[in-house]
Amino acid sequence: MSNSMILVIAEHDHKTLKSSTLNAVTAAQQIAAAESANIQLLVVGYQCQAAAEMGRSIAGVSQVLVCDAAHYASQLAEEVTEAIVPLATGFSHIIFPATSYGKNIAPRLAATLDVAQISDITQVCDAQTFVRPIYAGNALETVQNNGHQLVISVRCSAFSPAKYSEQNAPIKSVNGAAVFGVSQHISQSLTPFSRPELTTSKIVISGGRGLSSKENFQLIEKIADQLGAAIGASRAAVDAGYVPNDYQVGQTGKIIAPDLYIAVGISGAIQHIAGMKESKLIVAINKDKDAPIFQIADYGIVGDLFQILPELEKALV
Amino acid sequence: MKILVGVKRVIDHNVKIRIKADGSGVELANVKMSINPFDEIALEEAVRLKEAGVATEVIAVSIGDKLTQETLRSALALGADRAILIDNVNGIPLEPLDIAKLLKIVSEQVQPQLILLGKQAIDNDANQTGQMLAALLKCGQATFASKLNITDSQHIEVTREIDGGLETLALTLPAVVTADLRLNQPRYPSLPNIMKAKNKPLDVLPLDSLNFAPINQLTTLKVSEPVKRHAQCEWLENAGQLVSVLKEHKAI
Repeated sequence: MSNSMILVIAEHDHKTLKSSTLNAVTAAQQIAAAESANIQLLVVGYQCQAAAEMGRSIAGVSQVLVCDAAHYASQLAEEVTEAIVPLATGFSHIIFPATSYGKNIAPRLAATLDVAQISDITQVCDAQTFVRPIYAGNALETVQNNGHQLVISVRCSAFSPAKYSEQNAPIKSVNGAAVFGVSQHISQSLTPFSRPELTTSKIVISGGRGLSSKENFQLIEKIADQLGAAIGASRAAVDAGYVPNDYQVGQTGKIIAPDLYIAVGISGAIQHIAGMKESKLIVAINKDKDAPIFQIADYGIVGDLFQILPELEKALV
Repeated sequence: MKILVGVKRVIDHNVKIRIKADGSGVELANVKMSINPFDEIALEEAVRLKEAGVATEVIAVSIGDKLTQETLRSALALGADRAILIDNVNGIPLEPLDIAKLLKIVSEQVQPQLILLGKQAIDNDANQTGQMLAALLKCGQATFASKLNITDSQHIEVTREIDGGLETLALTLPAVVTADLRLNQPRYPSLPNIMKAKNKPLDVLPLDSLNFAPINQLTTLKVSEPVKRHAQCEWLENAGQLVSVLKEHKAI
């Protein structure tokens, strides 16, 4: 088989690379493993030199391509896709992180190139064979590509982040495409957070419907701050308005695999478990001994969270 | 405006799936099937736009076998005006790009201003079809929509759920929008509407009557059980015990 030429699409905010980019590079290294690796990183953005500079020192990246133009400022799928298409020739694999950024663009690119996309891979078997979860993680599908160019999105929690090194891969500027112009960015409201990011935090404490109000989430926040943990939530807690939507852990929210996951007042629906069952250690606090969350928990306390959380806060001091 | 809504027939979200002993897939025989929950949300949004006087016609489309007619009847009972089934009579395996190409064929016949789909199907969890369809139609896309506003006959504004929060885009019509969970709360079909749905038009197009060739790029080698967590929940009495156990594990 010919050597793999792999293009990783960087997720960034123009100034810094998101950690998801590092997970995607690791998957690219595994695909290239047995062959002479040629992994290139593409940064599409506006005034994104700083992000590109970060990219050149990621171990395993042999070249950084930068496509910089004003119409990539809001990273619209239509515009970014058009930028990647002319660069895609010659790459056997084009890799995105399976974040909301990558999921938005990867399939559009695949269809424009008239090739298939494999979503959310969790394991690389060889350069053409991948494992991905289906049915909310209740089954694993092993998929083989027939050798055509392939677009892949990578589940970040399944691949450790690539390391930054002393290397200085060359940076090459590439031309953008003409403005596609069917969509416009109007506004953005990001949830301000002072805590570690949910997807990369080593410890996550999540609350569910059992918290019963937005105010009660402060009980979770206090413990999160003591542990240096990120905060997550079940769909029920988000729908009830206790926390913003981007806290949601599950099949349709974020998929995480921290060292320690503490589920408080979460029953453990299939869809929630899909997002956290790869956590190394799972602790559940729930008043219902039969709650499904206890079936996957390593440690459980059956009891009233309004009593247990303040106790936990004290015990942690 | 005309709205086209894609609906997929999937195993009901409450069913605990079983993997076939030969590893060829998931057992579908005698399992409760339903409309994919995200597609139900897409359909509800379309029906609400019709009730608001913005949409003139809501057309539901699905691709599958004969039984998929049931799924389309459910969509009609929920308020779609008519339905189109692309009947995959020979059960050819279809990849998301194939589905997008078939939806493009239907879209060219129907000429909708807006195409609404769910953001992902809960069986293959691919989250691809809407984006692929938008690419093939060379139109704008708004994925993971939690709010949709028709601003005028040419434009919509869509609020999307993104990793850090929310963002709002303006799209020129025609456009493809994929629904996230928080776009709306779908209704239940009423008995009179289930009865009325029986008389609504449902056109069946055999797949082999269309000028279409599947891409055949991916092969599923096997479907297997994920590694079971060995965890046997160890019960603790109180928070103090929990803290000591976590310290023992060096987890905190």
